[in-house]
Amino acid sequence: MFLGYASRVGKSFRMFDEGRRRKERGQDVVVGAIQSKITPDIQEILARFDAVPTISTRHAGRDYEVIDLAALFRRHPEICLIDGLAYDNPPGSRNPQRWQDVRELLDRGIGIITAVNVQHIKEQQDKVERITAKRSPYSVPEEFLREAEEIEIVDAPPDALLDRGQEGMPDSRRLAELRELALLLAADVVERQLKEYLDSHGVAAGWGAQERILVCLTPRSNAADMLRSGQRNAARFHGALLAAYVEQASLGQQDRQQLEAHLTLARELGAEVHCLKHGDFVEAILTFAREQRVTQLFVGHSLRDQGRWLWRGPVDRLIDAAENFDVRLFPHPGGR
Amino acid sequence: MSQAGRGRLKIYLGYAAGVGKTYRMLEEALALKQKGVDIVIAYFEPHGRKETIAKTEGLESLPRRIITYAGTPFEEMDTEAVLRRKPAVAVVDEFAHTNVPGSERLKRWQDVHVILDAGIDVLTSMNVQHLESLNDQVWHSTGVRVRETVPDWVVDEADEVVLIDLTPRALRNRLERGVVYPQEKAQRALDNFFTEGNLTALREMAMRHTAHEVEEKLDAAPSPSGVARPSEGRKERILICLTGSPSSAVLIRRGKRVADYLQADCLAIHVSADPGSREDVERHMSFARNLRIATHVLESADVSRTIAEFARAQGVTQIYMGRSLPRKWWRRFSETIVQRVVRQSRDMQITIVAERRR
Repeated sequence: MFLGYASRVGKSFRMFDEGRRRKERGQDVVVGAIQSKITPDIQEILARFDAVPTISTRHAGRDYEVIDLAALFRRHPEICLIDGLAYDNPPGSRNPQRWQDVRELLDRGIGIITAVNVQHIKEQQDKVERITAKRSPYSVPEEFLREAEEIEIVDAPPDALLDRGQEGMPDSRRLAELRELALLLAADVVERQLKEYLDSHGVAAGWGAQERILVCLTPRSNAADMLRSGQRNAARFHGALLAAYVEQASLGQQDRQQLEAHLTLARELGAEVHCLKHGDFVEAILTFAREQRVTQLFVGHSLRDQGRWLWRGPVDRLIDAAENFDVRLFPHPGGR
Repeated sequence: MSQAGRGRLKIYLGYAAGVGKTYRMLEEALALKQKGVDIVIAYFEPHGRKETIAKTEGLESLPRRIITYAGTPFEEMDTEAVLRRKPAVAVVDEFAHTNVPGSERLKRWQDVHVILDAGIDVLTSMNVQHLESLNDQVWHSTGVRVRETVPDWVVDEADEVVLIDLTPRALRNRLERGVVYPQEKAQRALDNFFTEGNLTALREMAMRHTAHEVEEKLDAAPSPSGVARPSEGRKERILICLTGSPSSAVLIRRGKRVADYLQADCLAIHVSADPGSREDVERHMSFARNLRIATHVLESADVSRTIAEFARAQGVTQIYMGRSLPRKWWRRFSETIVQRVVRQSRDMQITIVAERRR
């Protein structure tokens, strides 16, 4: 699947070019769907392929192009090229949307090369709308993108698209924001692929490319500071924010209420909250941090509770044992 | 970004050799030439790749300069020749390359700066693993310590960074077909560096870094309404406490990387009771300055107090330190430097950077 951030970024060309190279290497490639507007460079490539044309229909005053599933099943190519993955089918079709047709082709063992725009990924459409103030009526679920065996991002500077002068195109600033969105979506997909690869090869996932921040909550910690700072850091890095507390049996009424308030705030700020059940605070945090491939650990410290020679408290032990992650200390409120 | 009169820099960023950076760069060069732009190839590394070499046909190539080092002739870009020819655009392959000793400049990116200063636009290519700030992470993920690095600010200053993507599987296929390297070298590469795990990790880094570059440019540009992007409260200032320990390099890269992402100021300090300059400290200081970190050396017997006072005077919000060395048994009851700094800088966040292991 070729993922781009705007039309004209070159997805279709890359898709058909990939098909051309596969055909040259002897694979059986056919075209199953093309866009209504074809640039001359794509036209030239298209001439080399067999095509199973889409069926044109009209419904309630609207024109539709529907993939000819029956013909494709009969022809059964190795690879089918499908442009415009997000299109929908007219009411009464076998599937309401084209990506569902594509899934059926995949189920029958036909390989698909396709292209999609970040505007059409359902889970991204709120963000897209905030950028462009527009929302496409067509969508493909992100899950379908993640199911793809391979995705490839088609990147180009926004100015290059504007040169080609298309009407209704977002300005270069909005294009840059869409571009960032597409890059980060691709990075998330790749991150998951990496995790799957490492898991399946028995490699302990170490230090990933994504920043993962873990805030350790205790009743008396300066949770608001830690969480806000954690959220800001996670946002700047486009990383993950986690918060954890270690279950303690003997919490007083006031401490329990404080902790509850911290947890509520953590959830409000979008942190993934975990309760760790383990006798030892330090061991619980260290194990969890390792499992979650944490890169930064935020922890509160209070000097009031500790005499100088009793310094080997939990914070000290965390610092000593921290491998592959940084420990950031936040002073407790009123911690002298 | 470029000042008036300076050339524009465009970087084709990939995650490994063979993804098609040079190919795309040359395709764009040909397209520019067809539009009538005066464009030349200032340096091109063919690597014996037929499809890529074919793309140089029809483009003017400038001769290289021969520099003899230890009795062996080496070929480098002839920067003077580029300046004499003065095209509108120059294509310069392999931005991260280190020049052979005896060249005017240490690094190719420094040659590119000379070309840009002359008002010539440059198209260039590099892989993500050469970025200084990712050096430890690349080593952690792949086991390879990359020696040829480019400071992040050099890449940040580029007018455009374009990601050249390819799936790791497709790249490995290219290697198997002998498109990237000769067959024997390709097999070694597939078994060692070009594993699916390594390539996937590097690819994610390239995607995230390109997204970061896009965001930095968005933040730097005035917004359409003329209002600056909402500021996130007080501007952060990060202070890195350097020592002569080898782990200071990790500390510097880590502190600077966080500072860059938080758009924070970054400064470094070394406090020593001993007035004599130490070579290892000086090396770290100069490394920090190369990354555009302001450095300070202070002399004092009370290290932690001096750090705390300096931090307060400089409006520092976060202090970055390495771990203290394990204590000797007879000192177990005395405080480490980290503990003292924590006690004396109570209004600041203090980050202890762990050395990364594999």
